[in-house]
Amino acid sequence: MTLQTEAAAAPRLTSERPQNFYGRTSLSKRPRPLESLIQSFLFLCGALSIATTLGIVYVLGQESLQFFTNPEVSLTEFFFTTYWQPEAGEYGIWALANSTFITSLIAMCVAVPFGLGAAVYLSEYASPHARNFLKPTLEILAGVPTVVYGYFALTFITPILRAVFGVETVEIYNMASAGLVMGIMILPLISSMSEDALHAVPRSLREAAFGLGATRFEVSTQVVAPAALSGVTAAFILGVSRAVGETMIVAIAAGSGSLFTFNPFKAAETMTGYIARLSGGDVSYASLQYQSIFAVGLMLFLVTLVLNIISRRIVARFREVYE
Amino acid sequence: MTNSQHSTGHYLLEAHNLNIYYGTHKAVADVQFNVERHKITAIIGPSGCGKSTVLRAFNRMNDFVPTCRVEGDVLLDGQNLYAPDVDPVEVRKRIGMVFQKPNPFPKTIYENVAWGARINGFKGNMDELVESALRGAVVWDDVKDNLHKSGLSLSGGQQQRLCIARALAVQPEVILMDEPCSSLDPIATLKIEELMRELKERYTIVIVTHNMQQAARVSDTTAMMMLTDDRQSGTVIEVNETNTIFTRPKDQRTEDYVTGRFG
Amino acid sequence: MNTHSSTLSARHRIGKFWQMLLAAATIVGILSLIVLIYNVVNEAAGLAVIQYSVDPKLVLPKPLDELTNEEMIAAIEENLSKGAYQRANTDQPFNTRTKSELTKFVQERVLEEEVKGTWSLTDSLFKADQIRADAAKNYPKARLEFRQWLTLDFITQPMSSNPLYSGIRTAILGSFFVIVLTIVIAFPVGVGAAIYLEEYAGHHWFNRIIQTNIDNLAGVPSIVYGMLGLAIFVRALEPFTSGAIFGILDSNGRTIISAALTMALLILPLIIINGQEAIRAVPNSLRQASYGLGATRWETIWHHVLPNSLPGILTGTILAISRAIGETAPLIIVGASTFIAFDPNGLFAKFTVLPIQIYNFTQQPQDEYRNLAAAAILVLLVLLLALNSMAIFLRNRFSNRL
Repeated sequence: MTLQTEAAAAPRLTSERPQNFYGRTSLSKRPRPLESLIQSFLFLCGALSIATTLGIVYVLGQESLQFFTNPEVSLTEFFFTTYWQPEAGEYGIWALANSTFITSLIAMCVAVPFGLGAAVYLSEYASPHARNFLKPTLEILAGVPTVVYGYFALTFITPILRAVFGVETVEIYNMASAGLVMGIMILPLISSMSEDALHAVPRSLREAAFGLGATRFEVSTQVVAPAALSGVTAAFILGVSRAVGETMIVAIAAGSGSLFTFNPFKAAETMTGYIARLSGGDVSYASLQYQSIFAVGLMLFLVTLVLNIISRRIVARFREVYE
Repeated sequence: MTNSQHSTGHYLLEAHNLNIYYGTHKAVADVQFNVERHKITAIIGPSGCGKSTVLRAFNRMNDFVPTCRVEGDVLLDGQNLYAPDVDPVEVRKRIGMVFQKPNPFPKTIYENVAWGARINGFKGNMDELVESALRGAVVWDDVKDNLHKSGLSLSGGQQQRLCIARALAVQPEVILMDEPCSSLDPIATLKIEELMRELKERYTIVIVTHNMQQAARVSDTTAMMMLTDDRQSGTVIEVNETNTIFTRPKDQRTEDYVTGRFG
Repeated sequence: MNTHSSTLSARHRIGKFWQMLLAAATIVGILSLIVLIYNVVNEAAGLAVIQYSVDPKLVLPKPLDELTNEEMIAAIEENLSKGAYQRANTDQPFNTRTKSELTKFVQERVLEEEVKGTWSLTDSLFKADQIRADAAKNYPKARLEFRQWLTLDFITQPMSSNPLYSGIRTAILGSFFVIVLTIVIAFPVGVGAAIYLEEYAGHHWFNRIIQTNIDNLAGVPSIVYGMLGLAIFVRALEPFTSGAIFGILDSNGRTIISAALTMALLILPLIIINGQEAIRAVPNSLRQASYGLGATRWETIWHHVLPNSLPGILTGTILAISRAIGETAPLIIVGASTFIAFDPNGLFAKFTVLPIQIYNFTQQPQDEYRNLAAAAILVLLVLLLALNSMAIFLRNRFSNRL
């Protein structure tokens, strides 16, 4: 096939002057209004997230400010006392924060050993076949709505706790039940994040240890796990943040009415539980009680934000090490 | 340089004092060379000396590297591609590009060719244009019965010729080829080389290649690139007729390179 | 042979022991899921003692199953107030109703049957005799029947104050309205932001802030979004979200539109982050090919980047939607209604959603609400399972195209 036979069908291009179908030889910019319009729209979409954050900060900050500047409330009372009785004008955040702390602690006691154990098993021991079955199943657990977990706590775990420890000791609504189920909820998060961290440990490190005659268990615990420690720490911190912010499980199973107690079998309202209960009722918008949920919300926001930032920092750093 | 239309000179593309930076690192320094109409100009040199970077400066593909900055002038027919009022999209319409690895769109063969013409406002008979572009790239006989199959279903060599057809359909003046055969087998490479020789009748071609024999086989002019003495930046050390470069190079470094004493 | 051999077997034993522990930890996760589902299914069917509050002998001429249609209609007319009778007759004339429909109506409205107690499925299967004896002793006038709580009626009927007749139709429709509206708002904005961040944004400090900010927003507890929604959409934008500026004056800001806007903000970071990942997966060579042909940025995005990242974007969006479907806390804050018996009729209607109903059921003291909650949970879980299967299907169907 030669060029001559094709030239007839080919678009004609004379040798000196470019004559193509768009017939334009200037390279100068043409107005493209659609392009700029779309780019502006897309920029606004991205900037909306900034507006959301500003909105959250403004709303929480502004209502909290009104709350704290109210003469009935003092900052020292808020941060250093343990009675939270809005009806009686007592606002000591520790009553709520303490229950948040206890339920989260119980949750982590469940989620960390089991989540970490599952992660090590899946990444170091499980056959590909078993992994393909176990991993998605754990992921389903992560997709179960929290209201369902709340139901599970109330109708399954609580009766068991009461049967084991006695109806007298364990109240119908109690922190232990909520915490245990919250642990199950967080388990898949810990296991999948930790597994990612374990996975990021280079093969060469494992092989070096095997080459020295270490058993699989010794390699997992003494070589791989320490190398993945920061990733696992990040998972732990993110898990705590989840537990602190979790609402439905505690709202359903941990009871309403604040109580400063370290007894996990007692009913005690958490920060999120208080916000949910109060806003579910009819509170007038200008009242001190209404403002109080924003003050609690602000604390919640700040705590989870700090935890999330720390967690992401750690993840970013350990990625750096291995990439 | 201004954007005014100079009288048609001898050279279609001219690079003057071209410096290209990635961040603070000067990757290409003081490149000076010209591309003649209807000739194949090859850029050769050891890897990492900035051949592709220079090539991509010719149709402003470096714009997509966020840290990349180009200083100096590149003239197309006397118009500076880097003048502030130049639209890079207009530049790329007139200076097409074929990449290292064949990269057809995951669309039909027909759509692969038609798309570029369509977005550039082609109003004529699209079937004709697609056929002539595919014929021009000598891939028509391979695909004429399967125009509505995916471009990805072709072999590597056919894919690369499809990519050339795709570039032809926009009717550019210059076609830049960035190691177009590096991922192809010898037979496919041979076909592309034959195709290049046919294309130069109507187009101006600049090709980057690390394969010296290929440069010797297909090109009319060869530009030799090397790292500068501080080994930081690449630059063009010699431009000459291909024959001269490979037989009587002026620069000792060129001679070392083409005779295989270096790299 | 060497001094290590004795300790080596001990080391292997320790290893084996821990391997079993680790496997057990994994099993605990799986087991929790199984127990959780068992618990729900277990409560969704079982024996129930049902008793008429009104003695049939006082209001019916003969036992209910022997009555003809005409006799039942007569009994209904006699025992219902005139207004109630008229209303029911207007809904569907009695003479056009079937025998079973009439029987149900008599049971519900004339005899006012109610649940006295319920048992779980396993108890009903394995302790049936004991339950029967207990029921006969404690509720001599009641009947014991095996009841499936998840029925077609449960899905298609509106709420009722009588748990025997309560349905979740309103909640399902509410969920549907809120979710559709959430998608309409969040999908274009989320994908738009993802495109901006991946295809337009340079290393400008402002773009870095947007990216960090989105990552942080993804970790904000959902209840905080609820508070944002309450303060901004329900209160500050009340004239709009209540529909007042559109002439709807009987509503406050606690409407479907407020709920959807809140949910949209909540899932936006998820859609954006998943969308970015999908867009990043499009090979750069395609973009270069497109630009090399003289395409503009938007032409490249619209014709090449988006079509090739769409499966990934959709998968991410579906996952975000399944999160939104199960979310409860923010909607409690925004002010979901716990009891509405009428279907939502537009953007500015009061709303309730499936998870809110489940929450509401768990808050009721009577046994039978536990069964209703279980039935509603089954509906929710099936819905989520369907959505997730769709996501997995999309992922597998398109994953090896490029």
